[in-house]
Amino acid sequence: MIKPKIHRQSYNKECMSTNTLEISNLSKSYGDFHLDNVSFSLPKGYIMGLIGPNGSGKTTIIKIIMNLIMKQSGDVKVFGMDHLANEVEVKKRIGFVYDTPNYYDHLSLKQFKNTIAPFYDQWDDAVFYDLVKRFKLPLEKKIKVFSKGMAMKSSIVIALSHHADFIVMDEPTSNLDPVVRRELLDFFRELIQDENKSILFSSHITTDLEQIADYITYINEGKLVFSKTKDEVFESYSLVKGGNELLDSDTKKSFVAVKSSAYGFEGLTKNVEATRKIFGAAVVYDKASLEDIMFYTNLETVKTVEDATTRY
Amino acid sequence: MKIIISNASSEPIYQQIGKQIKAQIISGDLKEGEGLPSIRKLAKELQISVITTKRTYVELEKEGFIDVVAGKGTFVAIQNKELLKEKKMKSVEDLMSDTIMEAQKLGITFEELQEMLVLLYND
Repeated sequence: MIKPKIHRQSYNKECMSTNTLEISNLSKSYGDFHLDNVSFSLPKGYIMGLIGPNGSGKTTIIKIIMNLIMKQSGDVKVFGMDHLANEVEVKKRIGFVYDTPNYYDHLSLKQFKNTIAPFYDQWDDAVFYDLVKRFKLPLEKKIKVFSKGMAMKSSIVIALSHHADFIVMDEPTSNLDPVVRRELLDFFRELIQDENKSILFSSHITTDLEQIADYITYINEGKLVFSKTKDEVFESYSLVKGGNELLDSDTKKSFVAVKSSAYGFEGLTKNVEATRKIFGAAVVYDKASLEDIMFYTNLETVKTVEDATTRY
Repeated sequence: MKIIISNASSEPIYQQIGKQIKAQIISGDLKEGEGLPSIRKLAKELQISVITTKRTYVELEKEGFIDVVAGKGTFVAIQNKELLKEKKMKSVEDLMSDTIMEAQKLGITFEELQEMLVLLYND
């Protein structure tokens, strides 16, 4: 039975979509902190979550993309264009949610909008008012009386009212209660129904990313740990639990890090298949959450630092 | 179309969805030519990643269960009648294999199993 090949086109269209963001070999140092040779890309039409402990470099990366701080080396391309050479054009198409607009908080949302709108030639009042209505935001009250949830929603509304194709957010849900967070996540999901829009957001609330991200990029101590699809992350990492007698210097090597209690050990592997070959059914395999992955990856780093310092 | 996902299950989500869609196509709950949601709509409704739904559809298309028509959408493929019968047989065979394995594990004999089958079938 010969099937016509026309149907392939629609998947190829998705597969060959250009990257909204391309970061190559990005580095930046300040004092003790070094963002070290970070590279990753976000294809168009998807949501990428940037995770990492506080101080790991997530905000630095976002600030560099937005040119709020200068990179030292490496390339940043947005919509295929260099973010510095085409700064104005790039920024017009980015909706940036950095923090609540607290430096203008003596203004009402409407007044604030009137201050911002002239900067964007694609500003769309109809979209703005529609979103304000949807999020039930007051137009005439001063922003300083807004709750955290309302203030964040306001930032998002402003960022989305100029037909931006790339939404960049730094910790958008971190100060919000679970109900508002859920509401925002649903809203982002709806946004991405338009396959021309992409979202990048950093968060330390890993459960939000587990729910909504298509891609996860994990930064730890300035270095890229991985940048993969969420599915790949959960298919390769696993928690492994078993009796202490199963651990020796060889078997330990298959783990990112392990911890033991009096009753057994728990470890994280980043290659479940390989670990299965070693332990088989003698251990329990549990799904690792992003939090588990971050915890154990960090444990491993700490251990290495400790080993290094004890040598002297 | 009905899809229920278990996050606690060890089976990857794209497989869970694939199985359920296949079962509904085989049973006729999803009819030939019936339209399926786009990968983005499905992802939104199930609250999962678009990449997962895309993977599910790619697999289903490879196995001949669905057709993606450029510019129009995704539809349940016209099932070749013999192939459909084969698929139906296979799905029951798979269940039988599972049952046989379980019986063997528990030490139930082939004769006992046959008796059970006759009893239950005539119920």
